[in-house]
Amino acid sequence: MMSFDPYGNPTYFILLFIALLPLMIGLLYGHRSHIYETIVSFVFLMLTFGGIKWKTGIALIIYLVYQICLVWLYSRYRQRPDSPNKGWIFVVSVILAIIPLAVVKITPAVAHGASSIIGFLGISYLTFKVVQTIMETRDGIIKEFHPVLFGQFLLFFPTISSGPIDRYRRFIKDYDSVPTREKYLGLVEKGVRYIFIGFFYKFILAYIFGTVMLPTVEHAALQAHGISWALLGVMYTYSMDLFFDFAGYSLFAVGVSYLMGIETPMNFNAPFKAKNIKDFWNRWHMTLSFWFRDYIYMRLVFFVMKHKVFKSRITTANVCYVINMLIMGFWHGETWYYIVYGLFHGFAMVINDAWLRYKKKHQAQIPHNRFTEWFAIFLTFNVVCFSFLIFSGFLNTLFFTGRP
Amino acid sequence: MDDTQATVLSILQDLTGEDVSGNMDTNLFDEGILDSMGSVQLLLELQNQLGIEVPVSEFERTEWDTPAKIVAKVESMQ
Repeated sequence: MMSFDPYGNPTYFILLFIALLPLMIGLLYGHRSHIYETIVSFVFLMLTFGGIKWKTGIALIIYLVYQICLVWLYSRYRQRPDSPNKGWIFVVSVILAIIPLAVVKITPAVAHGASSIIGFLGISYLTFKVVQTIMETRDGIIKEFHPVLFGQFLLFFPTISSGPIDRYRRFIKDYDSVPTREKYLGLVEKGVRYIFIGFFYKFILAYIFGTVMLPTVEHAALQAHGISWALLGVMYTYSMDLFFDFAGYSLFAVGVSYLMGIETPMNFNAPFKAKNIKDFWNRWHMTLSFWFRDYIYMRLVFFVMKHKVFKSRITTANVCYVINMLIMGFWHGETWYYIVYGLFHGFAMVINDAWLRYKKKHQAQIPHNRFTEWFAIFLTFNVVCFSFLIFSGFLNTLFFTGRP
Repeated sequence: MDDTQATVLSILQDLTGEDVSGNMDTNLFDEGILDSMGSVQLLLELQNQLGIEVPVSEFERTEWDTPAKIVAKVESMQ
Protein backbone atom coordinates (compact mmCIF):
# COMPACT_ATOMS: atom_id res chain seq x y z
CA MET A 1 0.00 0.00 0.00
CA MET A 2 1.09 3.58 -0.64
CA SER A 3 2.38 5.56 2.29
CA PHE A 4 2.92 9.31 2.46
CA ASP A 5 4.10 12.05 4.69
CA PRO A 6 1.32 14.64 4.69
CA TYR A 7 1.99 17.23 1.95
CA GLY A 8 5.24 15.42 1.26
CA ASN A 9 5.23 15.12 -2.54
CA PRO A 10 3.28 16.03 -5.72
CA THR A 11 1.36 12.72 -5.78
CA TYR A 12 -0.11 13.52 -2.36
CA PHE A 13 -1.38 16.87 -3.63
CA ILE A 14 -2.86 15.35 -6.78
CA LEU A 15 -4.70 12.67 -4.77
CA LEU A 16 -5.84 15.33 -2.33
CA PHE A 17 -7.21 17.52 -5.11
CA ILE A 18 -9.11 14.60 -6.71
CA ALA A 19 -10.58 13.63 -3.34
CA LEU A 20 -11.60 17.18 -2.45
CA LEU A 21 -13.19 18.05 -5.79
CA PRO A 22 -16.61 16.42 -5.14
CA LEU A 23 -16.61 17.90 -1.65
CA MET A 24 -15.88 21.36 -3.04
CA ILE A 25 -18.60 21.10 -5.67
CA GLY A 26 -20.97 20.04 -2.88
CA LEU A 27 -20.06 23.03 -0.73
CA LEU A 28 -20.46 25.34 -3.70
CA TYR A 29 -24.04 24.11 -4.05
CA GLY A 30 -24.73 24.38 -0.33
CA HIS A 31 -24.28 20.73 0.64
CA ARG A 32 -21.88 19.25 3.10
CA SER A 33 -21.70 15.48 3.19
CA HIS A 34 -20.23 14.27 6.46
CA ILE A 35 -20.20 10.74 5.06
CA TYR A 36 -18.03 11.73 2.11
CA GLU A 37 -15.78 13.83 4.36
CA THR A 38 -15.33 10.88 6.66
CA ILE A 39 -14.40 8.59 3.78
CA VAL A 40 -11.83 11.11 2.50
CA SER A 41 -10.44 11.50 6.03
CA PHE A 42 -10.21 7.75 6.42
CA VAL A 43 -8.37 7.31 3.10
CA PHE A 44 -5.85 10.04 3.90
CA LEU A 45 -5.32 8.79 7.41
CA MET A 46 -4.67 5.33 5.92
CA LEU A 47 -2.13 6.88 3.54
CA THR A 48 -0.37 8.53 6.49
CA PHE A 49 -0.62 5.82 9.13
CA GLY A 50 -1.01 2.65 7.00
CA GLY A 51 1.33 0.62 4.85
CA ILE A 52 4.76 0.18 6.38
CA LYS A 53 3.69 2.53 9.20
CA TRP A 54 0.73 0.37 10.24
CA LYS A 55 2.05 0.07 13.78
CA THR A 56 1.63 3.80 14.28
CA GLY A 57 -1.90 3.43 12.92
CA ILE A 58 -2.71 0.91 15.63
CA ALA A 59 -1.15 3.24 18.21
CA LEU A 60 -3.36 6.07 16.90
CA ILE A 61 -6.54 3.98 17.18
CA ILE A 62 -5.78 2.88 20.74
CA TYR A 63 -4.86 6.45 21.69
CA LEU A 64 -8.09 7.73 20.21
CA VAL A 65 -10.31 5.23 22.01
CA TYR A 66 -8.50 5.96 25.27
CA GLN A 67 -8.86 9.75 24.99
CA ILE A 68 -12.46 9.70 23.82
CA CYS A 69 -13.37 7.48 26.80
CA LEU A 70 -11.47 9.78 29.15
CA VAL A 71 -13.12 12.98 27.94
CA TRP A 72 -16.50 11.25 27.82
CA LEU A 73 -16.15 10.11 31.45
CA TYR A 74 -15.01 13.53 32.61
CA SER A 75 -17.81 15.15 30.67
CA ARG A 76 -20.38 12.78 32.22
CA TYR A 77 -19.04 13.74 35.64
CA ARG A 78 -19.30 17.46 34.89
CA GLN A 79 -22.74 17.22 33.27
CA ARG A 80 -24.36 15.69 36.35
CA PRO A 81 -26.82 18.25 37.69
CA ASP A 82 -25.14 18.21 41.12
CA SER A 83 -21.58 17.86 39.80
CA PRO A 84 -19.23 18.72 42.68
CA ASN A 85 -16.58 19.83 40.10
CA LYS A 86 -13.74 18.70 42.33
CA GLY A 87 -10.30 20.06 41.53
CA TRP A 88 -8.54 16.75 42.01
CA ILE A 89 -10.74 14.91 39.53
CA PHE A 90 -9.92 17.58 36.97
CA VAL A 91 -6.20 17.33 37.71
CA VAL A 92 -6.26 13.52 37.49
CA SER A 93 -8.12 13.73 34.16
CA VAL A 94 -5.56 16.14 32.71
CA ILE A 95 -2.70 13.92 33.93
CA LEU A 96 -4.33 10.86 32.38
CA ALA A 97 -4.68 12.77 29.11
CA ILE A 98 -1.00 13.73 29.12
CA ILE A 99 0.45 10.34 30.15
CA PRO A 100 0.66 8.83 26.62
CA LEU A 101 2.46 11.92 25.31
CA ALA A 102 4.77 11.98 28.34
CA VAL A 103 5.71 8.34 27.75
CA VAL A 104 6.43 9.05 24.08
CA LYS A 105 8.56 12.10 24.94
CA ILE A 106 10.49 10.51 27.80
CA THR A 107 11.19 7.14 26.13
CA PRO A 108 14.01 8.36 23.81
CA ALA A 109 15.74 10.11 26.72
CA VAL A 110 15.88 6.95 28.83
CA ALA A 111 16.13 4.32 26.07
CA HIS A 112 19.12 5.72 24.14
CA GLY A 113 17.10 7.40 21.44
CA ALA A 114 14.67 4.53 20.75
CA SER A 115 11.12 5.68 20.08
CA SER A 116 8.14 4.45 22.01
CA ILE A 117 5.78 1.93 20.43
CA ILE A 118 2.75 3.97 21.48
CA GLY A 119 3.92 7.00 19.49
CA PHE A 120 2.53 8.21 16.16
CA LEU A 121 2.86 11.30 13.98
CA GLY A 122 0.87 14.13 15.56
CA ILE A 123 0.41 12.76 19.09
CA SER A 124 1.46 16.12 20.57
CA TYR A 125 -1.13 17.99 18.62
CA LEU A 126 -3.92 15.58 19.48
CA THR A 127 -2.94 15.86 23.15
CA PHE A 128 -3.31 19.66 23.01
CA LYS A 129 -6.80 19.24 21.65
CA VAL A 130 -7.77 16.72 24.32
CA VAL A 131 -6.38 18.76 27.21
CA GLN A 132 -8.06 21.98 26.10
CA THR A 133 -11.38 20.16 25.76
CA ILE A 134 -11.11 18.83 29.32
CA MET A 135 -10.29 22.33 30.58
CA GLU A 136 -13.23 23.91 28.79
CA THR A 137 -15.49 21.16 30.07
CA ARG A 138 -14.33 21.92 33.61
CA ASP A 139 -15.14 25.59 33.07
CA GLY A 140 -18.60 24.61 31.88
CA ILE A 141 -18.03 26.20 28.47
CA ILE A 142 -18.38 22.91 26.61
CA LYS A 143 -21.75 21.68 27.80
CA GLU A 144 -22.35 18.65 25.63
CA PHE A 145 -19.98 15.93 24.59
CA HIS A 146 -20.43 14.12 21.28
CA PRO A 147 -17.91 11.29 20.95
CA VAL A 148 -18.25 11.23 17.15
CA LEU A 149 -17.84 15.00 16.69
CA PHE A 150 -14.95 14.96 19.14
CA GLY A 151 -13.33 12.16 17.12
CA GLN A 152 -13.81 14.19 13.91
CA PHE A 153 -12.23 17.17 15.63
CA LEU A 154 -9.20 15.15 16.75
CA LEU A 155 -8.77 13.33 13.43
CA PHE A 156 -9.33 16.28 11.09
CA PHE A 157 -6.73 15.05 8.61
CA PRO A 158 -5.38 18.32 7.12
CA THR A 159 -4.03 19.35 10.53
CA ILE A 160 -3.42 16.01 12.23
CA SER A 161 0.36 15.78 11.90
CA SER A 162 1.51 19.22 13.10
CA GLY A 163 -1.47 21.53 13.63
CA PRO A 164 -2.46 24.36 13.53
CA ILE A 165 -4.24 23.59 16.80
CA ASP A 166 -7.92 24.41 16.42
CA ARG A 167 -10.48 24.74 19.25
CA TYR A 168 -13.36 22.30 19.66
CA ARG A 169 -16.16 24.89 19.76
CA ARG A 170 -14.75 26.79 16.81
CA PHE A 171 -14.23 23.64 14.74
CA ILE A 172 -17.70 22.23 15.42
CA LYS A 173 -19.34 25.50 14.38
CA ASP A 174 -17.72 25.26 10.93
CA TYR A 175 -18.12 21.51 10.68
CA ASP A 176 -21.84 21.64 11.38
CA SER A 177 -22.63 24.41 8.93
CA VAL A 178 -22.34 25.19 5.25
CA PRO A 179 -20.80 28.54 4.29
CA THR A 180 -22.77 30.74 1.90
CA ARG A 181 -21.58 30.50 -1.70
CA GLU A 182 -20.04 33.96 -1.53
CA LYS A 183 -18.15 33.15 1.62
CA TYR A 184 -17.05 29.75 0.33
CA LEU A 185 -15.71 31.25 -2.90
CA GLY A 186 -13.66 33.64 -0.75
CA LEU A 187 -12.32 30.69 1.24
CA VAL A 188 -11.39 28.79 -1.93
CA GLU A 189 -9.59 31.81 -3.31
CA LYS A 190 -7.62 32.24 -0.09
CA GLY A 191 -7.05 28.50 0.31
CA VAL A 192 -5.59 28.14 -3.17
CA ARG A 193 -3.37 31.16 -2.63
CA TYR A 194 -2.12 29.78 0.71
CA ILE A 195 -1.34 26.42 -0.88
CA PHE A 196 0.70 28.09 -3.63
CA ILE A 197 2.59 30.30 -1.17
CA GLY A 198 3.15 27.07 0.77
CA PHE A 199 4.75 25.45 -2.32
CA PHE A 200 7.07 28.41 -2.63
CA TYR A 201 7.99 28.33 1.07
CA LYS A 202 8.38 24.62 1.56
CA PHE A 203 9.59 23.28 -1.76
CA ILE A 204 11.73 26.20 -2.88
CA LEU A 205 12.87 28.37 0.04
CA ALA A 206 13.05 25.65 2.69
CA TYR A 207 14.77 23.43 0.12
CA ILE A 208 17.39 26.09 -0.60
CA PHE A 209 18.02 26.90 3.06
CA GLY A 210 17.63 23.45 4.53
CA THR A 211 18.83 21.03 1.88
CA VAL A 212 21.28 23.08 -0.17
CA MET A 213 22.83 25.55 2.26
CA LEU A 214 22.52 24.14 5.75
CA PRO A 215 24.75 21.03 5.34
CA THR A 216 27.52 23.21 3.86
CA VAL A 217 27.52 25.80 6.65
CA GLU A 218 27.19 23.09 9.29
CA HIS A 219 30.18 21.31 7.85
CA ALA A 220 32.18 24.54 7.87
CA ALA A 221 31.15 25.27 11.47
CA LEU A 222 32.19 21.78 12.59
CA GLN A 223 35.54 22.16 10.84
CA ALA A 224 36.12 25.50 12.57
CA HIS A 225 35.47 24.06 16.07
CA GLY A 226 33.82 26.38 18.59
CA ILE A 227 32.58 29.87 17.86
CA SER A 228 33.04 30.89 14.25
CA TRP A 229 31.51 32.95 11.45
CA ALA A 230 30.22 29.71 9.99
CA LEU A 231 28.30 29.11 13.22
CA LEU A 232 26.59 32.45 12.69
CA GLY A 233 25.78 31.19 9.20
CA VAL A 234 24.24 28.04 10.72
CA MET A 235 22.14 30.22 13.04
CA TYR A 236 20.57 32.27 10.24
CA THR A 237 20.30 29.44 7.73
CA TYR A 238 18.67 27.10 10.22
CA SER A 239 16.24 29.85 11.32
CA MET A 240 15.17 30.50 7.73
CA ASP A 241 14.78 26.79 7.06
CA LEU A 242 12.75 26.31 10.23
CA PHE A 243 10.41 29.16 9.35
CA PHE A 244 9.86 28.40 5.67
CA ASP A 245 9.46 24.69 6.29
CA PHE A 246 6.91 25.03 9.08
CA ALA A 247 5.13 28.08 7.69
CA GLY A 248 4.89 26.26 4.35
CA TYR A 249 3.38 23.19 5.98
CA SER A 250 0.98 25.38 7.99
CA LEU A 251 -0.18 27.16 4.85
CA PHE A 252 -0.98 23.78 3.27
CA ALA A 253 -2.93 22.73 6.36
CA VAL A 254 -4.88 26.00 6.52
CA GLY A 255 -5.40 26.15 2.75
CA VAL A 256 -6.74 22.60 2.55
CA SER A 257 -9.01 23.26 5.56
CA TYR A 258 -10.44 26.30 3.77
CA LEU A 259 -11.20 24.18 0.68
CA MET A 260 -13.17 21.95 3.06
CA GLY A 261 -15.04 24.96 4.45
CA ILE A 262 -13.24 24.84 7.80
CA GLU A 263 -11.47 28.01 8.91
CA THR A 264 -8.51 26.50 10.70
CA PRO A 265 -6.64 29.38 12.41
CA MET A 266 -3.41 30.72 10.92
CA ASN A 267 -0.09 29.76 12.46
CA PHE A 268 2.24 32.55 11.35
CA ASN A 269 1.92 36.28 10.86
CA ALA A 270 5.21 37.71 9.58
CA PRO A 271 7.13 36.69 12.74
CA PHE A 272 10.41 38.28 11.72
CA LYS A 273 8.72 41.69 11.72
CA ALA A 274 8.09 41.37 15.48
CA LYS A 275 9.22 44.41 17.46
CA ASN A 276 9.79 42.53 20.70
CA ILE A 277 9.64 38.99 22.08
CA LYS A 278 6.04 39.28 23.25
CA ASP A 279 5.08 40.47 19.79
CA PHE A 280 7.09 37.59 18.33
CA TRP A 281 5.01 35.02 20.20
CA ASN A 282 1.85 36.64 18.87
CA ARG A 283 3.19 35.98 15.36
CA TRP A 284 5.18 32.72 15.55
CA HIS A 285 3.48 29.30 15.70
CA MET A 286 0.49 31.25 16.96
CA THR A 287 -1.88 28.38 17.66
CA LEU A 288 0.76 26.81 19.92
CA SER A 289 1.67 30.03 21.73
CA PHE A 290 -2.01 30.94 22.16
CA TRP A 291 -2.61 27.46 23.49
CA PHE A 292 0.11 27.97 26.09
CA ARG A 293 -1.22 31.46 26.82
CA ASP A 294 -4.84 30.38 27.29
CA TYR A 295 -4.48 26.96 28.88
CA ILE A 296 -1.28 27.31 30.91
CA TYR A 297 -0.17 30.91 31.43
CA MET A 298 -3.54 32.53 32.16
CA ARG A 299 -4.71 29.63 34.30
CA LEU A 300 -1.47 29.65 36.23
CA VAL A 301 -1.70 33.41 36.81
CA PHE A 302 -5.34 33.04 37.84
CA PHE A 303 -4.48 30.32 40.35
CA VAL A 304 -1.44 32.17 41.74
CA MET A 305 -3.32 35.45 42.14
CA LYS A 306 -6.43 33.89 43.60
CA HIS A 307 -4.37 32.11 46.24
CA LYS A 308 -2.18 35.19 46.71
CA VAL A 309 1.03 33.18 46.34
CA PHE A 310 3.10 36.29 45.55
CA LYS A 311 2.49 39.81 46.76
CA SER A 312 3.66 41.53 43.63
CA ARG A 313 1.94 41.21 40.29
CA ILE A 314 5.29 41.57 38.56
CA THR A 315 6.70 38.54 40.38
CA THR A 316 3.55 36.61 39.53
CA ALA A 317 3.83 37.47 35.84
CA ASN A 318 7.54 36.66 35.71
CA VAL A 319 7.37 33.34 37.54
CA CYS A 320 4.48 32.30 35.31
CA TYR A 321 6.36 33.31 32.13
CA VAL A 322 9.31 31.14 33.06
CA ILE A 323 7.16 28.16 34.09
CA ASN A 324 5.06 28.51 30.93
CA MET A 325 8.03 28.59 28.58
CA LEU A 326 9.82 25.86 30.51
CA ILE A 327 6.82 23.57 30.01
CA MET A 328 6.93 24.44 26.33
CA GLY A 329 10.61 23.45 26.30
CA PHE A 330 9.83 20.10 27.92
CA TRP A 331 7.03 19.59 25.43
CA HIS A 332 9.51 19.86 22.53
CA GLY A 333 11.49 16.98 23.97
CA GLU A 334 13.63 15.88 26.88
CA THR A 335 16.99 17.21 25.73
CA TRP A 336 19.04 19.97 27.33
CA TYR A 337 18.74 22.22 24.28
CA TYR A 338 14.92 22.20 24.16
CA ILE A 339 14.75 22.94 27.87
CA VAL A 340 17.33 25.73 27.59
CA TYR A 341 15.35 27.09 24.62
CA GLY A 342 12.24 27.22 26.83
CA LEU A 343 14.08 28.91 29.70
CA PHE A 344 15.71 31.35 27.28
CA HIS A 345 12.32 32.50 26.05
CA GLY A 346 10.92 32.61 29.58
CA PHE A 347 13.65 34.99 30.68
CA ALA A 348 13.40 36.91 27.41
CA MET A 349 9.74 37.58 28.27
CA VAL A 350 10.71 38.73 31.77
CA ILE A 351 13.30 41.15 30.36
CA ASN A 352 10.86 42.29 27.68
CA ASP A 353 8.22 43.14 30.29
CA ALA A 354 10.73 44.98 32.48
CA TRP A 355 11.77 47.07 29.47
CA LEU A 356 8.15 47.83 28.57
CA ARG A 357 7.50 49.02 32.14
CA TYR A 358 10.65 51.15 32.08
CA LYS A 359 9.68 52.60 28.71
CA LYS A 360 6.20 53.47 29.93
CA LYS A 361 7.60 55.28 32.96
CA HIS A 362 10.23 57.22 31.02
CA GLN A 363 8.20 57.90 27.91
CA ALA A 364 9.42 61.48 27.66
CA GLN A 365 13.15 60.67 27.74
CA ILE A 366 13.21 57.63 25.44
CA PRO A 367 13.39 58.50 21.76
CA HIS A 368 10.96 56.85 19.43
CA ASN A 369 11.50 57.11 15.68
CA ARG A 370 11.88 55.02 12.58
CA PHE A 371 15.42 54.11 13.52
CA THR A 372 14.47 52.79 16.98
CA GLU A 373 11.66 50.79 15.39
CA TRP A 374 14.04 49.18 12.92
CA PHE A 375 16.53 48.56 15.68
CA ALA A 376 13.85 46.84 17.79
CA ILE A 377 12.97 44.52 14.88
CA PHE A 378 16.65 43.82 14.19
CA LEU A 379 17.37 43.04 17.84
CA THR A 380 14.31 40.81 18.22
CA PHE A 381 15.19 38.95 15.01
CA ASN A 382 18.68 38.20 16.29
CA VAL A 383 17.54 37.15 19.75
CA VAL A 384 15.03 34.82 18.10
CA CYS A 385 17.56 33.36 15.66
CA PHE A 386 19.95 32.75 18.54
CA SER A 387 17.19 30.89 20.38
CA PHE A 388 16.63 28.77 17.25
CA LEU A 389 20.33 27.92 17.19
CA ILE A 390 19.89 26.53 20.71
CA PHE A 391 16.70 24.78 19.59
CA SER A 392 18.38 23.20 16.55
CA GLY A 393 20.58 21.02 18.73
CA PHE A 394 23.55 22.00 16.58
CA LEU A 395 25.43 23.31 19.63
CA ASN A 396 25.09 19.84 21.12
CA THR A 397 26.73 18.38 18.01
CA LEU A 398 29.40 21.06 17.95
CA PHE A 399 30.40 20.95 21.61
CA PHE A 400 29.56 17.43 22.74
CA THR A 401 28.87 14.72 20.21
CA GLY A 402 30.98 16.02 17.31
CA ARG A 403 28.84 14.30 14.68
CA PRO A 404 25.59 15.50 13.15
CA MET B 1 -22.94 56.50 32.68
CA ASP B 2 -24.47 53.50 34.43
CA ASP B 3 -22.97 51.69 37.38
CA THR B 4 -21.55 48.73 35.49
CA GLN B 5 -19.76 50.92 33.02
CA ALA B 6 -18.32 53.08 35.80
CA THR B 7 -17.09 50.03 37.71
CA VAL B 8 -15.52 48.43 34.64
CA LEU B 9 -13.75 51.68 33.74
CA SER B 10 -12.44 52.13 37.26
CA ILE B 11 -11.14 48.53 37.27
CA LEU B 12 -9.39 49.16 33.96
CA GLN B 13 -7.90 52.37 35.29
CA ASP B 14 -6.59 50.60 38.40
CA LEU B 15 -5.06 47.83 36.31
CA THR B 16 -3.52 49.81 33.51
CA GLY B 17 -2.92 53.21 35.06
CA GLU B 18 -4.72 54.77 32.12
CA ASP B 19 -8.08 56.44 31.83
CA VAL B 20 -9.74 54.77 28.88
CA SER B 21 -13.19 56.32 29.31
CA GLY B 22 -12.57 58.67 26.38
CA ASN B 23 -11.58 55.85 24.03
CA MET B 24 -14.28 53.24 24.40
CA ASP B 25 -13.30 51.60 21.10
CA THR B 26 -9.52 51.47 21.47
CA ASN B 27 -8.08 48.01 21.03
CA LEU B 28 -6.52 47.46 24.45
CA PHE B 29 -4.31 44.57 23.33
CA ASP B 30 -2.98 46.20 20.15
CA GLU B 31 -2.17 49.35 22.12
CA GLY B 32 -0.25 47.36 24.70
CA ILE B 33 -2.57 48.59 27.47
CA LEU B 34 -3.77 45.11 28.43
CA ASP B 35 -1.94 41.76 28.21
CA SER B 36 -2.64 38.23 29.45
CA MET B 37 -1.65 39.19 32.97
CA GLY B 38 -3.96 42.21 32.89
CA SER B 39 -6.77 40.07 31.47
CA VAL B 40 -6.59 37.68 34.38
CA GLN B 41 -6.56 40.56 36.85
CA LEU B 42 -9.59 41.97 35.10
CA LEU B 43 -11.45 38.66 35.48
CA LEU B 44 -10.54 38.48 39.17
CA GLU B 45 -11.66 42.06 39.79
CA LEU B 46 -14.95 41.46 37.97
CA GLN B 47 -15.47 38.59 40.36
CA ASN B 48 -14.52 40.63 43.45
CA GLN B 49 -16.33 43.84 42.64
CA LEU B 50 -19.31 42.74 40.59
CA GLY B 51 -19.63 39.13 41.65
CA ILE B 52 -19.66 37.78 38.13
CA GLU B 53 -17.69 34.61 37.55
CA VAL B 54 -15.91 34.52 34.22
CA PRO B 55 -13.91 31.34 33.68
CA VAL B 56 -10.65 31.76 31.77
CA SER B 57 -12.11 29.64 28.92
CA GLU B 58 -14.73 32.32 28.37
CA PHE B 59 -12.06 34.88 27.71
CA GLU B 60 -11.91 34.96 23.92
CA ARG B 61 -9.59 37.95 23.25
CA THR B 62 -11.49 39.31 20.27
CA GLU B 63 -14.64 39.60 22.40
CA TRP B 64 -12.87 41.58 25.15
CA ASP B 65 -10.49 43.83 23.27
CA THR B 66 -12.10 47.26 23.72
CA PRO B 67 -13.58 48.99 26.81
CA ALA B 68 -16.99 49.07 25.08
CA LYS B 69 -16.90 45.34 24.38
CA ILE B 70 -15.87 44.58 27.96
CA VAL B 71 -18.78 46.63 29.32
CA ALA B 72 -21.21 44.88 26.95
CA LYS B 73 -19.82 41.48 27.89
CA VAL B 74 -20.13 42.20 31.62
CA GLU B 75 -23.68 43.52 31.23
CA SER B 76 -24.67 40.38 29.34
CA MET B 77 -23.36 38.26 32.19
CA GLN B 78 -25.06 40.05 35.06
